[in-house]
Amino acid sequence: MANNVSHTTDYKILARVVLVLMFLTFLTITVTSFHLAAFGVTVALLIAGVKAFMILTYFMHLKYESLLLRILVAMIFVLYAVIVLITFIDYAYR
Amino acid sequence: MIIMSEKEAHIEVHRDDEASKLGMWLFIFTELLLFGGLFLVYSVFRAQYPANFHEGSLELSVTIGTINTIALLISSMTIAMALSAIQKNNRKLSMQLIGITLLMATVFLFNKYFEWSLKFEHGLYPGSPLMPSLERGDLMFFSLYFFMTGLHLLHILVGMVLLTICLFKINKGTLHYQKYIHLENGALYWHLVDLIWIFLFPLLYLIT
Repeated sequence: MANNVSHTTDYKILARVVLVLMFLTFLTITVTSFHLAAFGVTVALLIAGVKAFMILTYFMHLKYESLLLRILVAMIFVLYAVIVLITFIDYAYR
Repeated sequence: MIIMSEKEAHIEVHRDDEASKLGMWLFIFTELLLFGGLFLVYSVFRAQYPANFHEGSLELSVTIGTINTIALLISSMTIAMALSAIQKNNRKLSMQLIGITLLMATVFLFNKYFEWSLKFEHGLYPGSPLMPSLERGDLMFFSLYFFMTGLHLLHILVGMVLLTICLFKINKGTLHYQKYIHLENGALYWHLVDLIWIFLFPLLYLIT
């Protein structure tokens, strides 16, 4: 059973993605260096989310994968968000 | 007279690369929840001991953390390129790119060793006599620091083994442009390692 029908990601795209990721890394470091407490945390986590999305989409090939796989990945993050939310609600009302 | 080994003469009939990839993704889901759970523990204790966590993170070197982040980002790019290379039947380039990936991983290992040594010198290590004498918040921060970076390091080591095996397979010819699922799965695992670090770095080193 041959398996050469799947998409091959172009080297140029991969290089561009890593440049964006590095830029976002330095952006995070810069923003957090101002020690802005809650704002710094939010920005850092948001940027991390963007980086994660780019890694999942391009490096991990999700952009070119089946819909099933993309839905499963999305659902795992939704599940995790629910777990976090419930835990925070629990602690907040103790 | 060419004699084929029994293995080569046998036709593989039960190969399903899509299923194999799905299997790796399912495993990745469990890993995401594993580290996600640890991030959750970190979040709750951070909310409870903000001052201690702030002080704790100041003890960590942002410089070393940044170098590690860059190394892993580059390694993620090179392993993705290695997969593209083998798909294009460029064996040599694929092997070279896997080699660079492993080199970046070694940089990470070396940095980790250096980083942890600094902590060990100050008596900070799991099970040290100093740890119980720390304030609860400090104890939580450093326990989480060692556990999370340690578990992540374990994943780096496993990933290096998987990718090294792929390297040997390409060299041997059992991994090639028509059969590269092992490299694809190995690359997915490696990206997971990078993904985890993407969150580990700001949470432990940057947020103060």
